Amino acid sequence: MTDIFFYIFATAALAGALGVVFSRNTVNGAMCLIGTFLSMASLFVLLEAYFLAVIQVLVYAGAVMVLFLFIIMLLDVKESAAKKTSIYTWAASLIGFGILVTGVVAISASESIKNKAPTMPEASGTSLKAFGYELFTTYLLPMQVTGFLLLIAMIGVIVLSKKVNTE
Amino acid sequence: MSIVIKRKPLNFLEKLYLPEIARGLSTTFKKIWEKPVTLEYPEQRPTIPEGYRGVPTLVKDPEGREKCVSCQLCEFVCPPKAIRITPGEIPEGSEYAHVEKGPQEFEIDMLRCIYCGMCQEVCPEEAIWLQNQFSLSGYSREELVNNKEKLYELGGTLPDEHFKWKKKKEAAEHGSGH
Amino acid sequence: MDVNPVILKFVYAAIVVSVIMGLCSYAVLAERKISSWIQGRVGPNRTSLPLIGGIPIIGRFLTRLGIFQPIPDGLKFLFKEDVVPAHVNKFYFIMAPVIALVPALTTVVVVPFGRFVTEAGEVIPLVLANVNVGLLFLFAISSLGVYGVVLAGWSSNSKYPFLGGIRASAQMISYELAMGVSVLPILIWVNAPGREGTLNLFDIAQAQNGFWFAMWMPVSAIIFLVCLFAETNRLPFDMAESETELVSGFHTEYSSFKFGLFFVGEYAHMVVGSCVFTLLFLGGWNPMPFVTLEALGFGEGILGAVLSVGIFLGKMCGMMFFFMWIRWTLPRFRYDQVMKLGWKILLPLSIANLVVYTIFIFYLDTKL
Repeated sequence: MTDIFFYIFATAALAGALGVVFSRNTVNGAMCLIGTFLSMASLFVLLEAYFLAVIQVLVYAGAVMVLFLFIIMLLDVKESAAKKTSIYTWAASLIGFGILVTGVVAISASESIKNKAPTMPEASGTSLKAFGYELFTTYLLPMQVTGFLLLIAMIGVIVLSKKVNTE
Repeated sequence: MSIVIKRKPLNFLEKLYLPEIARGLSTTFKKIWEKPVTLEYPEQRPTIPEGYRGVPTLVKDPEGREKCVSCQLCEFVCPPKAIRITPGEIPEGSEYAHVEKGPQEFEIDMLRCIYCGMCQEVCPEEAIWLQNQFSLSGYSREELVNNKEKLYELGGTLPDEHFKWKKKKEAAEHGSGH
Repeated sequence: MDVNPVILKFVYAAIVVSVIMGLCSYAVLAERKISSWIQGRVGPNRTSLPLIGGIPIIGRFLTRLGIFQPIPDGLKFLFKEDVVPAHVNKFYFIMAPVIALVPALTTVVVVPFGRFVTEAGEVIPLVLANVNVGLLFLFAISSLGVYGVVLAGWSSNSKYPFLGGIRASAQMISYELAMGVSVLPILIWVNAPGREGTLNLFDIAQAQNGFWFAMWMPVSAIIFLVCLFAETNRLPFDMAESETELVSGFHTEYSSFKFGLFFVGEYAHMVVGSCVFTLLFLGGWNPMPFVTLEALGFGEGILGAVLSVGIFLGKMCGMMFFFMWIRWTLPRFRYDQVMKLGWKILLPLSIANLVVYTIFIFYLDTKL
């Protein structure tokens, strides 16, 4: 049963991701992305990481993508005509693809993936309280760093959107 | 001269919105329990005030004589040309033969009528009246053209005591008056 | 009898959804009646069924009350001509009403509507899915409902619906933040050290056997209520619709059954919103503050369960009445006022509220 669901949602997630890349209509792309997020959330549910699944839907599908759609509609982006791909784009995509292949090969060939994943601590995934406790004790540093990254992004936006005084 | 009314600055409680919203809510809540002010139309009908100008009708005088003499002034003055009169003779033997003319047919097309009341205003005989009938409906165009019978039925008799033509006849017979 | 649990769940879901749909159709009737009472009118009072309407006094009373009105209302939506304008994006145009309705009905799954106490004293929640992260699940799914509005506005390919869709998305983003932050004090209290941590709506309702949360967290309750109005697109926040400015906003181009879906979706959102407010702030199925059903002697068995459901539904209907009462009292906010209220007042206020209650709860937990 779980396997069937896994294949359904994994296919949906991949199809959605491909749709994002290949659709020319921006709204179609955004809707595909929402579909991908929802399928990802379903995969998290299959892993019994309910909290993560819910947060995925709440933050990405529920808030970030609404903002995306808002911007797309506000700017009223027309369907982009087929442009001739420049040499830089080709080079960049080739390099990116190479890195991806290397990464996938390296990870799948390494020893750690062949071993069974370490068992989760009993309560960490299911109880929100345990989740929060772990986040603010064991993983405090990564969390602070992530927060700092977001702060940088925010300040960047403020600087960019501030009116420049030319005098 | 224009009057400028200074808007009073809101005080703290008004700026909070919430007390004022509560006040508004209490007003509407009281309204819920009040009697409805509307009429339930087909069953309850509004009282028609004196002098209401509804559907134009033809009237008879208290003796039962049709007052219209088919002078066709109303037909002429009617802005949307809703009135059509076919004049006819009054037969010799009639008590009112001296009136000479009466309408043979009198039609008011209620799909055209704009209820302006000019027909009533122009009528020298006070024969056409806009009365208290206000609701007129039908399923076909033909139904909404009021013919003479319908107009007299709607109009009825008005209790005026002019008896203009009777007096005229008497005056002519006795050689006095005018 | 041994029934497949999955089939059983389907049956329960069908029952709950049909109850919600019934509530929605009668909410429409209530809206019409309450508006007419407030405005000094009579409201729908003609529709009658051949047999029931003929019963001497009761039939006439029910007809005057408009009890049968939802039937023609619904039939009208079914049988009217369904116009799909030529200039729309057909796929999204047809999908939008479905997207608007589905999240509203999905959220019902995690809303508990009563409790059943067995003779052993075990408390069983009456809910379709007793999820641990229930509250977050509810927020997550209901936030998807805005896509219906946004897509309807966009796919209609016409100016007024488009403006309505854009307004809806902006408003949703603005108020969801304040809404989320305003319930955090409750979650901190429920998950305080020494208690078993949970986001379960059932446990949150059960935790209010003393004080109701609306009583000692009034600021949270008010912020949550205001945001609830904004999220359900109800007056005074019906920016997406605002019929005096945008014809009728995002559903201008919709007719017949598709419009009906939007309509039902809006009321389903309202029903669920009322349920959540009742659960979070109004003590769920506790009849009065400090008085539980157990204390009144109706704890166990079927009677207790029925009573708990009844009390819960009663509170929910009270909330629905409040929704409508507000609608026919307040005029609509201007769009910039909505944004100002959301970002400059409610959000800072909710954060301040969170900080104050965090300190307060910390003090309660450590010093007492």
